Amino acid sequence: MKILVCISHVPDTTSKINFTEGDTKFDTNGVQFVINPNDEFGLTRAMWFKEKQSASVDVVNVGGAETEPTLRKALAIGADKAIRVNAEATDGFFVAKQLAAVVKDGGYDLVIAGRESIDYNGGMVPGMVAELTGANFVNTCIGLEVDGTSATAVREIDGGKETSNTSLPLVIAGQKGLVEESDLRIPNMRGIMMARKKPLTVIDAVDAAKETTAVKFEKPAPKGAVKLVDADNIDELINLLHNEAKVI
Amino acid sequence: MKPDLFQAPDYYNLDELLTEEHKLVRDAAREWVKRDVSPIIEEYAQRAEFPEQIIDGLAGIGAFGPYIPEEYGGAGLDQISYGLIMQEIERGDSGVRSTASVQSSLVMYPIWKYGNEEQRKKYLPKLASGEWMGCFGLTEPDHGSNPGGMTTNFKDMGDHYLLNGAKMWISNAPFAQVAVVWAKNEEGRIHGLIVERGMEGFSTPETHNKWSLRASATGELIFDNVKVPKENLLPNKSGLGAPLGCLDSARYGIAWGAIGAAMDCYDTALRYSKERIQFGKPIGGFQLQQKKLAEMITEITKAQLLTWRLGVLRNEGKATSAQISMAKRNNVAMALDITREARQMLGGMGITGEYSIMRHMMNLESVVTYEGTHDIHLLITGLDITGLNAFK
Repeated sequence: MKILVCISHVPDTTSKINFTEGDTKFDTNGVQFVINPNDEFGLTRAMWFKEKQSASVDVVNVGGAETEPTLRKALAIGADKAIRVNAEATDGFFVAKQLAAVVKDGGYDLVIAGRESIDYNGGMVPGMVAELTGANFVNTCIGLEVDGTSATAVREIDGGKETSNTSLPLVIAGQKGLVEESDLRIPNMRGIMMARKKPLTVIDAVDAAKETTAVKFEKPAPKGAVKLVDADNIDELINLLHNEAKVI
Repeated sequence: MKPDLFQAPDYYNLDELLTEEHKLVRDAAREWVKRDVSPIIEEYAQRAEFPEQIIDGLAGIGAFGPYIPEEYGGAGLDQISYGLIMQEIERGDSGVRSTASVQSSLVMYPIWKYGNEEQRKKYLPKLASGEWMGCFGLTEPDHGSNPGGMTTNFKDMGDHYLLNGAKMWISNAPFAQVAVVWAKNEEGRIHGLIVERGMEGFSTPETHNKWSLRASATGELIFDNVKVPKENLLPNKSGLGAPLGCLDSARYGIAWGAIGAAMDCYDTALRYSKERIQFGKPIGGFQLQQKKLAEMITEITKAQLLTWRLGVLRNEGKATSAQISMAKRNNVAMALDITREARQMLGGMGITGEYSIMRHMMNLESVVTYEGTHDIHLLITGLDITGLNAFK
């Protein structure tokens, strides 16, 4: 089984978020980047398939050279080969077209992507890749078993879980549940040393139009001051809600 | 113990001076410390017990002989990677870093540099994997800052050496399988011998009731007519310069490690100062607290630059012992000052095991003394710049 894990290079969750260029671009200055957590759950599950079912595991990212440390970390964790599509990843459809080209070229049986990246929270790419490559698709996937060309996937649904049977080729949009946080792997020294020798191939983007452009980013409005009204003073509360907050 | 929310300060964007591999190595060590050391270390320190379960993890992140060539089981990394690993481990606890420093710089280093090929092949892979742990015997009860006065000695008995004497303040001694021991031959020349646990007459009583490095095991090495095979003598270097060469490597690691302890205390104090409300506002808004924090980050940044430059010099084989002394002395004193200021900022909470600060403070009281005391390092700098020996 040939597995491709799609890796987004995203700011660490503790990063301070700021924007530049008239609030149209994310300010990366001083920001630490990590493997998108949803992708890391997928990568860890892929390692399980590698170790238990002799799958091969490649990783791919669409991005500039600054994303290579994230791919190198995936190699140190145990991926066999990394591919970087050299293009700025600003539009979901554009990224999906690039990934679909890599999937077709590499003849992958299983594509594991994260449910969404934790930076722009688009959540569109995995479904698009499935459509563009003619593969089956399971969204919000929290469990996956593969036997030959058959797959059993567990999906999170409102208030419960759904188990479905499907077949390869398959794209899943995974999340926590594929593996648990305690299963995530820290690259060990042996892995880091082996990663030096593993290929990280840079390829050019295929022609694809960008369908969307970010016009403006805004941070959530800061919380206003709180006024506490004594529980005995209901008239004051009603007065404030009516005249100041203007909600009743 | 509170959850480990550590965020590493990098005020001068020093990450830009590091390679991709340096950062990968450091971040792996950082993640490992957060996952496997921070949650348990306070409890082990309180119980004065070494957490043996972390040995595999230390080996996993390359903490045992990171710069030892791959053919001997090391990771073949450069000196900056070694420093960064020490920094991250000491961010967790100086005692754990001491265990790793001893294994790397005081046991593996002399076997690699002063040993023969058979010794390298026999010991280094097992030490790199943590299957064997090692310790280093130089200091004696009556010879600390003056190691050249040692009385531990060995006699040539024809088919073996007969070793007698005692060593003190030896990290890892209680559980080490291997000890690199420095002793004088019949002509008074210092040589290194590899002593293995189980040799008759060799014992390692544990030193109890320490207030410092409580999560690290310390002990004595007692040699009572120990028969040491002749092939266990390190053949390629003798004289006091041999153990001092090991100390250069260890002190270099300590200079980085101390930054880790300082970073942890700064990070804790900074976070606390924004959360702790007094007189109606966070205490971080008061000038005296800001003075403490601003001085801490200034000193950490200076120490980071010092060690980075020293690392470059060591990679080029150009760092002098005196340059290493300066960094060890400066950075440990810097870290100790920061622990004390940070402890004050946390008020009463600073003395509890809920926070790491007081454990770091107590640990650093050993670090400021071992591997050359604060004062001795000053004299090394003094000798280096004046050419005049003020030791005796």
